[in-house]
Order: sequence, then structure tokens, then C-alpha cells
Amino acid sequence: MTTITTRESAEDQGVGVKKTGGFTASAANYIDERTSISGAVKELGRKIFPDHWSFLLGEVALYSFVIILLSGSFLTFFFQASMAEVVYDGSYAPLKGIPMSAAMSSTMDISFDIRGGLLMRQVHHWAALLFVAAIGLHMLRIYFTGAFRKPRELNWVIGFILFILAMAEGFTGYSLPDDLLSGNGLRIIDGLIKGIPVVGTWVSFLLFGGEFPGTDIVGRLYSLHILLLPAIIVALIAMHLLFVVVHKHTQYPAAGHTNQNVVGYPVLPVYAAKAGGFFFIVFGVVMLIASLFTINPIWNYGPYDPSPVSAGTQPDWYIGFADGAMRLIPTGWEFVWLNHTYSLNILVVLTVVGLFIVTVMIYPFIEGWITGDKREHHVLDRPRNAPTRTAIGAAGVTFYASLWAAASSDIMATHFHLTMEGVIHTLQATTLLGPFLAFFIAKRVCLALQKKDREIVLHGYESGRIVRLPGGEFVEVHQPVDEYERWKLVSYSDFKPLMLRPNAQGKIGPAEKVRAGLSRWFFEDRITPVTQVELNQAHGDHPAEITDK
Amino acid sequence: MAKDDNGAEDVTAADSPGAQLATSAASTAVVTRDALANPGFPPHRPRITDLDHKEERKAERTVYTLFYVSIVGSVFAIAAYMAFPIVAEDPGSVRLNNLFIGLGLSLALLAIGIGAVHWGKALMSDHEGVDERHPVRGTEPVRARAVEIFQQANEESGFGRRTLIRNSLIGALVVFPLPAVVLFRGLGPMDQDPVALLNETMWKKGVRLTMDPSGTPIKAADVTLGSSFHVIPEGLSEMGHGRLEEKAKAAVLLIRMDPDDLIEAEDRKSWSYDGIVAYSKICTHVGCPVALYEQHTHHLLCPCHQSQFDVENHCKVIFGPAKRALPQLPIAVDAEGYLIAQSDFTEPVGPSFWERA
Repeated sequence: MTTITTRESAEDQGVGVKKTGGFTASAANYIDERTSISGAVKELGRKIFPDHWSFLLGEVALYSFVIILLSGSFLTFFFQASMAEVVYDGSYAPLKGIPMSAAMSSTMDISFDIRGGLLMRQVHHWAALLFVAAIGLHMLRIYFTGAFRKPRELNWVIGFILFILAMAEGFTGYSLPDDLLSGNGLRIIDGLIKGIPVVGTWVSFLLFGGEFPGTDIVGRLYSLHILLLPAIIVALIAMHLLFVVVHKHTQYPAAGHTNQNVVGYPVLPVYAAKAGGFFFIVFGVVMLIASLFTINPIWNYGPYDPSPVSAGTQPDWYIGFADGAMRLIPTGWEFVWLNHTYSLNILVVLTVVGLFIVTVMIYPFIEGWITGDKREHHVLDRPRNAPTRTAIGAAGVTFYASLWAAASSDIMATHFHLTMEGVIHTLQATTLLGPFLAFFIAKRVCLALQKKDREIVLHGYESGRIVRLPGGEFVEVHQPVDEYERWKLVSYSDFKPLMLRPNAQGKIGPAEKVRAGLSRWFFEDRITPVTQVELNQAHGDHPAEITDK
Repeated sequence: MAKDDNGAEDVTAADSPGAQLATSAASTAVVTRDALANPGFPPHRPRITDLDHKEERKAERTVYTLFYVSIVGSVFAIAAYMAFPIVAEDPGSVRLNNLFIGLGLSLALLAIGIGAVHWGKALMSDHEGVDERHPVRGTEPVRARAVEIFQQANEESGFGRRTLIRNSLIGALVVFPLPAVVLFRGLGPMDQDPVALLNETMWKKGVRLTMDPSGTPIKAADVTLGSSFHVIPEGLSEMGHGRLEEKAKAAVLLIRMDPDDLIEAEDRKSWSYDGIVAYSKICTHVGCPVALYEQHTHHLLCPCHQSQFDVENHCKVIFGPAKRALPQLPIAVDAEGYLIAQSDFTEPVGPSFWERA
């Protein structure tokens, strides 16, 4: 095992030790004597962060949140979160003289009367879409590489809550302009809430301050959108990042990478330049999209009115899975019993989506229980080396994608000239059966890739060069894999199914039986990493094998 | 430790000091004895900018040029702010304003970003550093001290000993947030019964059916065969306060069909007038307006979740997640030939709710 210690220790020359040395030094000294900040620089200044493109996904999420805060603060200076009725008198001629809420009217003014206002609105909206998307992809990266394992289970939960809060921010923000589509979204929320047994009617009444739509909801969502939710998000992001510092970042398996080290670039200067630069790149890309592509053209929809709505209405992408789930419920799932209405068409959606969300949130604890693994894991799994986990992930993604696709069922039907019923029935099938198929395929693909890795380690790459031996035999030259590349292929955690053993009382409890069953399901099909003995044998068994070296 | 077939050993949380685990909780991880050894870091490969001074100069030029380009972008954005004003009632001017300010800012931001990243990648030292990791859990002495502190605090306060104080404090802390919960009752009006409100709409005997949104009364004779109208009750369009709340319940779709196409229940034969039928427009699923009428099939489609209703057959659900038929508004014609309601709806309109039976 090679260990390399940090090359330089720039902290020795940390800020503010000397008083001489010009303005910078004396300013640094001034600050340090009042804040003790040199300690933080010493601790963090040369902290190592590993480099990989997939580690940027979380950064994209963080940076889009900063962009949302900046553009959102600008919007608050002009937006009026009031449902008081006004008559629109702005620059957009088609809506002139039409009564609408102050919220809608001020959003129109931001779009049509304030220079750069539309740009900021579009930056805000595009960044919000990117925010949720980046969190989702970041979560997929964490999941498929096993980065949620001990000691990071709690950080997974925090990140997951951030995902939910991001969607809540998205929905509350979507509802603020009080245009036709956002009002319709609220109508759906109202209908959903009313379907909840016992409390539904009252919850709806309290939320809207009386009957739907009332005149309170925009103001209330505004408080949530700009105060309560952002405050919680900022606090959780701080915790999330604090944990990253405490745990130190994970790294991919590679030569020299161990569970006891972290290899990469120091915060100062390389990481600061790259991460800082990346913030501007993300901001720049969002800005470019916002200057070129319209998002949420409320002027086309008009103010909210409970009566009109056009075909092809869709929520923002991240709410799609919930909306799609509602469309997939078959006709007639509602009954009356003991003088009360049970709306299964709503309850089943809430339950299934809720269970799905909770399962994702507690997954690290489930896997930890099955493996019983109490070790810290800082080297990531390549997805193929955890076949069952990867397959579960593929099943989950398929399930989510089916629900999500269902939110566009009508658009698919009209675009591809299909029947509405056919699209829905197909998506019902993919929602229920797709996950099983995805699980099977993903697991087999993982195992096949693992076998290929073994093959490469033991016998090298196929070089494509055919050589004729003196005896007339043709063989293909195998190029052996170098030891650095080989380490990537053989260094992974291996598990075997749990062997049931009676406890001290000579009994096997039901929980242990369940665990043993799950453990078998997880680890029955396993490809073990190549060992030294196997490697030696592989070379010993084929003395005639021709290699380049 | 049990040996398995591969000459590997079970590891019972080997590197965790608190490894006194019951057999049932044992880890199923396999630690192979003759695993391959980590070969250590591969040799460092210098970049072209490390080897070639000219390339290094070139990279440097690229970086500072990008930063200057960023300044140009910012200045351009400010100039665009002034050069492309928004002209009243000219949506094209908004587009130009948006486009050019945006492009300037994009340039300003992207150039900084790309420049900084290029600086980091091509010019800054690319020797990787290594930090050592330590177990996340505190060291034994630290943990022991933490336990000691809690014990000391417990002794000094008597938290564990003086159970009366402790339990009454816990009780007080549990109860004190309750008034705050009660305060939230004020989110909804005190003097209204939601169930009663959900059960009634503006429609009542003699109220004329009027056009949405103009409020013009509709004569039965003006409703041609096959046509459909979006309808609101008379007086709604002039309402100030509560207009949208009433409209969200009272919106109606009026359709005239060939009376022979209508399959009407005995007790509802009198609810239509000469093939003219009126149904609530509020979907019985979650309340979207069921606004799409397909004339040749006489089906209504809800654009939100694709529930379909059959107008020929009392708007019963034929597809989609809704369960209940759209409520029918009984209509008639008054002395002047205008369409009027015979009464309110005979059941609550819109989405289901718990108290609905």
C-alpha cells in the first residue's frame, strides 16, 4: 500500500502570521486577530477533493440554487403577492382591460414593462427546472455508486428531503403568478386534498382560507416560497455540505485510492478555480437558455378562471410523475361506505407515491440491515459490482419514468395518432411490469459485465491481432491489462448470502428469516473478485498463451 | 470466524471497535485473504503545458483573453439595456430586450467560468494531493469524556434523580406548542361550514343560463343542434366578491343533441329541454373544467387526467380515473324563451370529499 502525503503544506505560510508585507498581509492580520480565521484556512485551504464528472451533478444543484436565490430576490422587488382584483393596464395589448389578480398583473409587468424583468423571470424558472433535475441526477449518482453507505446514510436522508423541498419550492413558485395553468394546478391540489378521508375537506378549507380558490392562497404560498422553504433549504444545504467536509468526499476505485485516503486536488488553488469557474458556467448556460427560450408564457394563458382550460395542459416536469400516477388509475375506484366517500382514485395515488418516496429515503438503512455491514465505505462501487442494488435502481427508474410519461399521455396520443385509451393501458402495463423487466435485464447486464471484467483480468484484452504458431495453429494475441487498470477491476466489496444461525436460545427469529431471504435475493448470484491465486493460475494454466509482453 | 468455500473469512465488522455484535447482526461481507494488492499510484503524466513553454504561454493568453471577453459581455449587457428599451404595446421590443441583455450576460458569465476552469486545468499545478481519512466516530478518550460530561450534568442537575421535575418539564414542553396549533384554525373563516358550502351552488329555480363570460342570457331557440355553450348563472359576471368561488362550482356546459340520441332515465326526462342538456363542467375527479367536447361521439374529455364522459348517457364515466357522472342541471324555458334552471344541482359538484355521501 502506497501512501502519499500532501505534497506541500502551504498552511505553514497561512494568512496573517506576519505583520509586514503590505496591505494584503496587514488586512489578513487584522481579520485573523479578530476572527481566528487562519485556523479555518489551515483546515480547509488544502483540503483534497477528488475529481470526476459525476461529482459535478451536486455542484450543478448547489449553483442553480444560488442562481434561484439571486434571480428570485430581484423578482420579489416587483412581484405583488396579492389576489386583490385589478384591471390590467400594462403594455401587453391582448390582455388590456381584463380583470385579474394583482399577482398576475405584477407578473405581467415584470414580463412586459420592466427591462430585463422577463429575463430574470426566465432565469428563475429555468434554474428551478435545472435545480430539481440536478438533484435527481445527483441522487441517481449517489445511489448507483453506493455512496449512501455508512457513514453517509444520514446525508442521503438530508439530500432526499432537499429533493422534496425543491419540488415544493417549484410547485409553490409555479402557483404564484395566478395564471390559468397555475390556478388549475391548485385546483388539482384542492381536489387531491378533498379526497383525503376525515380531514380532507377542512384541510382544503384552511389552506385556501375558505372555498377554492379564495383570495388567500397566493399570499400564503408566497410566504412559504420566499421565506419558510428557502430557510429550511439553506439550513439543510449547510448541513449537507458540513457532512461532506466531515466525511470527506468519496472516490472511485482506482490505483492508489484506498478506503483510508482521499486523492484529488486541493481547495486552494485548483478546486477553487474549477468549482468557482463552474458556477459561472452553470450561471452562463442558464442565462443563455433564458435569453433564447421562452418558459411559462403566462400571457398566452391569461388570468385564472375556473371555467376555461386548453388541451395539452402539463405541470412542470418534476411534478409529472405524480400527475401521471393520477391518470393511470382505472375508472371507478371510489366507493361510499357508512355515508362517507372513499376516493381510492386519489388515495391509491397518494399511498403508492408516498411509499415509493419513503422507500427511496430509507433505502440505505434497508441495504445496511441486509448486509449487516458496519464498515465505513469511502471507495465507491462501480454499479456493475452491486448487481442487485443496480437492478433495484433500474426498476425504480422505470417505475418513475412510466408515471412521468403518463403525465404526457394526451400529448403522446395526439402526436403519434394513438388512442388515449391505448396510451394509458400501455403505460399501466409498463408501470406494473416494466420494473420487473428492468430489474432482470439490469441484473443480468451487471453480472455479464462483471464476468467480462474477470475475463479481462485473467486473460487480458483481445487485441485483434491473429498470430499463426509454428504448428499451424492460429491464436489471437491477448494484451494483458496493466496493474493499475487491473486494480480498478478487482477491488470491490464482496458479499455472500446470510447463513441462518440460531441465536443463544437456539431460535431463529422471523426477522432473521426475512433478512436471510433478502440476503439470498441480493447476493445469490455473485461474481467474486479475482484473487492472487486465480491470477497466478490463469497465467500458469496457459503457458502457450501469447502475449505482447 | 467461519471459513467459506473460497478460503475467505466472514468479517464481523472487523475495523469497528464496537464489534460485539450478535451473530444475527453479523456482516455478510467477505474479505478475501489473497486479494490482489493495490499497486499504488500510476506514474504522473505531465501535461503539454508543463512540457512546452509555448503551449503554456498560449494557455495563459486564452485565460486572460476570456476574462477580457467577459468584461466586453458585461458592457454589452449594460449597453443593450439602454439600446433596446421596451416600447409600450410592442411585444417584439420585449423579445429584443430579453435577447440582448441575456446574451451579454451569458457571455460575461461563461467567459469567466471557462477562463477560470481553463486556468485550473492547464496552468495550475496538476499534482494530486492525498488526505488521510480517520474514522468518523470520535476517538475513545473523546467519547469517554462526552459520556462523562453528560453524567456530570445529570448528577449536578439531578435530571435522572428528580423525576417529578423532569416529567413535569417534559409534560410542559409537549403541551406548550398546542396553542400555536390552535391559532392556525384562523386560516379558514370561523363562520362558514365547508360541507354546507360544497353542497350548494348559485343555481336555483328560475335562474337564467347565461354565456360565459359575457353574461348574456341564452334563448333555447339560439342553441342549434350539435352546438355547445359555456354557461354561468345569471348575475355571476357582475359579481365582485366571491365571483371565482361561485364560478368554480356553478360552471356548466350546455349541449344540444338530437333528442333521439339521448338515453334518459325516467326520473330525469323532464331535466332536459328538446335535446338541450346542461351538465356541471367541474370534473368529479379533482375538479378541472371538463372543457373538451367531441361533437360526433358526444363525449366530454377532461384535459387534466383524461376522464371521459358520455353526454348521451347522463355524462357517465366511460374512461379515466373519475368515478361519478357529471351532475346534471335540470333546465326549462321561461315565458320569454330563455333557458332557466329548474333548481340547484341535486348533488354536490366537483371532486369527491369525505362528507359527501
